[in-house]
Amino acid sequence: MSRSTPVATTLKYLALACYLVFLAFPLFWLVSTALKTPQELALIDPTWIPDEITFDNFRAAFDEQPIVRSILNTLLVAGVSCAVTVLLSIPAAYVMARYRSALSRLTLVWVLLSQIFPFILVIIPLFLLLRDLGLYDTYIGLIAVYVVWSMPFALWMLRSYVETIPIELEEAASMDGASKLRTLRSVIAPLLAPGVVAAGLFAFVSAWNEFLFALVLIRDPDLQTLSLTLVKFIGAEGVARLGPLAAASLVATIPSLIFFAVMQRRLTGGLLGGAVKS
Amino acid sequence: MSATVTAPPPATESAPAPKRRSFLGLDRDGLMLAVPALIPVVIFSVYPLLRGIYLGFTDAQAGANAEVNFTGLENYRNLLDDSYFWDSFRIGLIWAFSVTILQFFASLGLALLLNQKLRLRWLARTLALVPWAMPPVVIGIMWRLVYHPNAGILNDVLLDLRIIDENVDWLSSFSVALPAVIVVGVWAGMPQTTVVLLAGLQSVPKELHEAAAMDGAGVWQRFRNVTWPAIKPVVVAMTTLDFIWNFNSFSLVYVLTQGGPGGETRLPLLFAYEEAFRYGNYGYAAALGNAMVVVIAVFVVFYLRQRVREANG
Repeated sequence: MSRSTPVATTLKYLALACYLVFLAFPLFWLVSTALKTPQELALIDPTWIPDEITFDNFRAAFDEQPIVRSILNTLLVAGVSCAVTVLLSIPAAYVMARYRSALSRLTLVWVLLSQIFPFILVIIPLFLLLRDLGLYDTYIGLIAVYVVWSMPFALWMLRSYVETIPIELEEAASMDGASKLRTLRSVIAPLLAPGVVAAGLFAFVSAWNEFLFALVLIRDPDLQTLSLTLVKFIGAEGVARLGPLAAASLVATIPSLIFFAVMQRRLTGGLLGGAVKS
Repeated sequence: MSATVTAPPPATESAPAPKRRSFLGLDRDGLMLAVPALIPVVIFSVYPLLRGIYLGFTDAQAGANAEVNFTGLENYRNLLDDSYFWDSFRIGLIWAFSVTILQFFASLGLALLLNQKLRLRWLARTLALVPWAMPPVVIGIMWRLVYHPNAGILNDVLLDLRIIDENVDWLSSFSVALPAVIVVGVWAGMPQTTVVLLAGLQSVPKELHEAAAMDGAGVWQRFRNVTWPAIKPVVVAMTTLDFIWNFNSFSLVYVLTQGGPGGETRLPLLFAYEEAFRYGNYGYAAALGNAMVVVIAVFVVFYLRQRVREANG
């Protein structure tokens, strides 16, 4: 199939090079800015690669803004959201896969609706509801919202994983007298591990990256998640402040980048697994 | 038992024997397993959504003791007279169309390249996934640095290439702010579209391509007659969803411009957010949300019709 002419090959590499530049140069600039001294940042003609590499910006970011605090906050919120999402989704996904009930169809409709509804319709009532429940400006409120809004996708993903597990395994277990819950815990759950990882990763990263819900539902500076802190950071933008801003942004990316690097193949595999099936 | 020996049921019907029906067709076990997930969903998703739609027909305001009255279509009459509303929808549609279309072509090109045996493919593949892992707020900040009038790399490059003769303030200039923001939207949305298109391309059987090449079909003909028909369903689904997501987008533009300069990049959701949480007009903001639903519904209907047409051959 690849009897390409030299011209075609050259064109392909040229196109690939363009993509590489487009994809990489903002990242490159973020790193470069994070490593520059204030003097170098103030130059009229910006240097591409810092003449003098400094890590002061990271120190400044950690000193002046509650970055560490908001990283810990975000880890807590994203971690708990991820765990709760998975724990609630596994049994529900099992029911969706194994029962022919209206529930599966309703869930599918809801998955679609939750993807296409403008957030404003949800976020005003959520704000009012959490206020009335006394959960406004608390982690419990924020986590509840994150769990519910990453569950559609988690359910959809996990359901397709359950469907790959041969039903004979369950029949054997129930023949041996195991209850549904027992079967689920000791037969299905272990086989679901890849799906659980993918769904959990998805829930973690969406909570880690989320901004709009946090913006509306959290006010206390001590409870702020990372996205909120970073946006506050933008305000006063003298040129010298760009270094710490870039440094803080890099730090904010690291956790989800690590998760993605580790799980990259599984995540795309999981997404595609679901996509191909439905 | 003896009947199934002669005529075994098709494998697809391996679902368990019908249980005694109760709520939603679930037995007690099924209900027990589903309820822990159902309750929070009803409280924090279904109920708010319904109440949000209802609020769009009321005069709800911020303030703990404000009375809420049903006002029917009054909000919508006011919306039609509100030039900010029309502006935000015009900008929202320009943004959503541009980002979706540019993103589609950029991703298709990249997916076609990634589907071939090229050197450095791994690098492009990794880089193409990175925006996915970045919080939208960080993507916004990063591009603010790129677009920065003095310390930004874009002005520096364009000056060196003599494309511009003085620094441009990309995000504060009336004429270029929207295009500048659209470029960021494309960059941020490419990973997902690329991954889905790549999966579509990889599902096209190699033999088809080889047969077509043997028959003397050129690259373009092979794309049109072999690749395109195979990936078209994925493309229609993906672009419809992309369009809806983009029409609903908030964080990226909020961080980049907050809707400025002078409302030039105020997407519908930014407008609704300001109405609700800056001015406290909950009812009006929800009405705006309902109006957005109408636009989205048009696209969903378009998509469903496409599906039906395909299903009918």
